[in-house]
Amino acid sequence: MSTQIDDGGAIASRWRPWSHTGFAFASFGVALMGAILVSLCVGRYSVSALTALHILGEAIVHPGQAIGSMDQRIVLLVRAPRVVIAAMAGAALATAGVALQGVFRNPLVSPEVLGISQGAAFGGALAITMGIWGVPLLGIVFVGGLSALIAVGMLARINGQTEILTVILSGMVVGSLFSACVSLLQFIADPNSSLPAIVYWLMGSFATATWDRVLVSAPGLLLGIALLWALRFRLNVLSLDDSEARSLGARPDQERWLVFVLVALIVGCQVAVSGIVGWVGLVIPHAARLIVGHDHRRLLPATALLGATFMVGVDTLARTLTAAEIPLGVLTAIIGAPAFALLLRRHFKDREAT
Amino acid sequence: MIGLTNAVVRFGNRCVLDQLSFSAERGRSLAILGPNGRGKTTALRAMLGFQALAAGTRTAPAVVGYVPQYASSNQSYKVLDAVVMGRAAGLGLFGQPSARDIATARDALEQVGALRFAKERFDRLSGGERQLVLLARALATGSKVLVLDEPGSALDLNNQARLLRLLSALRAPRDRAIVFTTHDPNHALAAADDALLMLPDGPALFGPVAETIVPELLERLYGVPMRLVNLIGEDGTGQNAVLPAFAGRRAA
Repeated sequence: MSTQIDDGGAIASRWRPWSHTGFAFASFGVALMGAILVSLCVGRYSVSALTALHILGEAIVHPGQAIGSMDQRIVLLVRAPRVVIAAMAGAALATAGVALQGVFRNPLVSPEVLGISQGAAFGGALAITMGIWGVPLLGIVFVGGLSALIAVGMLARINGQTEILTVILSGMVVGSLFSACVSLLQFIADPNSSLPAIVYWLMGSFATATWDRVLVSAPGLLLGIALLWALRFRLNVLSLDDSEARSLGARPDQERWLVFVLVALIVGCQVAVSGIVGWVGLVIPHAARLIVGHDHRRLLPATALLGATFMVGVDTLARTLTAAEIPLGVLTAIIGAPAFALLLRRHFKDREAT
Repeated sequence: MIGLTNAVVRFGNRCVLDQLSFSAERGRSLAILGPNGRGKTTALRAMLGFQALAAGTRTAPAVVGYVPQYASSNQSYKVLDAVVMGRAAGLGLFGQPSARDIATARDALEQVGALRFAKERFDRLSGGERQLVLLARALATGSKVLVLDEPGSALDLNNQARLLRLLSALRAPRDRAIVFTTHDPNHALAAADDALLMLPDGPALFGPVAETIVPELLERLYGVPMRLVNLIGEDGTGQNAVLPAFAGRRAA
């Protein structure tokens, strides 16, 4: 039953060999390694690249060895945990952004849109006001993000169905409410102790990174990344219209919420250890899409690698550009907003062209 | 294999489908015709389970090869990647398509004659090409039921002819049920065994094409005078066509 019918129209071949993608991934890997090495070496106390590699090698070959020299202290105790947290947070936030953009079928959404970030920020500010830090703070931040998500879910569920538009509008409403609550907390916070802590924490920083904090945030971040990675083909299906996705055997309503919960987990864990860092989930996926295309099976790992590289790079800049450390959220916004503006214009020009 | 029995759908006070019954059995093709707003799309959605029924039952296999009228506008996937999604139902939440799934997708593309743009981006294709790819995706599901929502509506005459040839070719082995909605009764004559006429003034009529696609009923359906004409086709055999008698210059 072959019905080959030729319509005669020659179509310009836009065939991309697989090696293109392979080359892209190799470059991402090299870039990440480079960013990590630079970050380990530069700073107010600089360490040569060879020394840093030697120290890392020693630590990996003989774990548990006593840390003696200043170089070892700086690399292993100060910079390495910071680099690890930055890389994980960057990869996780960017992956979360891709997943949300997939299920919303809109390349312009991010965790902030669902109110998750604002909910997490409220949780964190509340914890700091009450003098809570560490794992309990992470718990409260995650609960904050998750309750924002649940509130959005309950608001957006109308007649047993959740429309994308109502989700986005509910996200704005819930996000504004939590932002107002954060402002209220700042207003009543003690201006000598908790207020500066809240403000600095909200602006985002990896300055307080320790191996303990790595252990606190790693399970959630890695679990989130791993499960979203496992969902990569399903994300392709969920990025279609609901009726199409349903006809292909997916249950978009329920499966979208699985993605939302994973995003809440990622944002909660990241916010708990490094405060609010915006823009990563918006800008990095766009860059990755331009390089490897829209298929989530390739887009997810590309985004994770690029996100990690970006975050490690920005963190390095944040602590080396000036004598004092620049808050991370400020830098990502300064870099991200113009990049996003360019992408936005490009997006709508493209749409007009087709 | 697929159909509705005494289905009722209400939007508020308006009863869109009232006691509607029809079915497409294995080996048969069904065309659904009706004026705008009479519930063709609702009937299709109800049959696919996208629309809840107030009463009645629906019969359908778990997976149906569905070809939407328009695809999601944001599909920037390569054509082959888009067709592989047809395999999703068998893969579950965390499943990944295997080499065999990809081979199935390629076969489906070949079957509709679209293998040549397997590496193109879906959103860069023309409307006719997209329709073929969506049909390939529906075939790739492996379902023995195909449902097409107004497959001909956005196509030029050449692409309509091509689509009808494809639908006839898919019908020929008589091993699947095909349901499509259309505004052109000639599509029903060309590619359907049965027709469901959703009349504006009364219960819907369901029956073989020879009894339903006739001028009298079509006049009731569309409120326009219709004529049945006999044409000599390309291959020299006679074939029927139904035409509205509303337009055209008066013969001199």
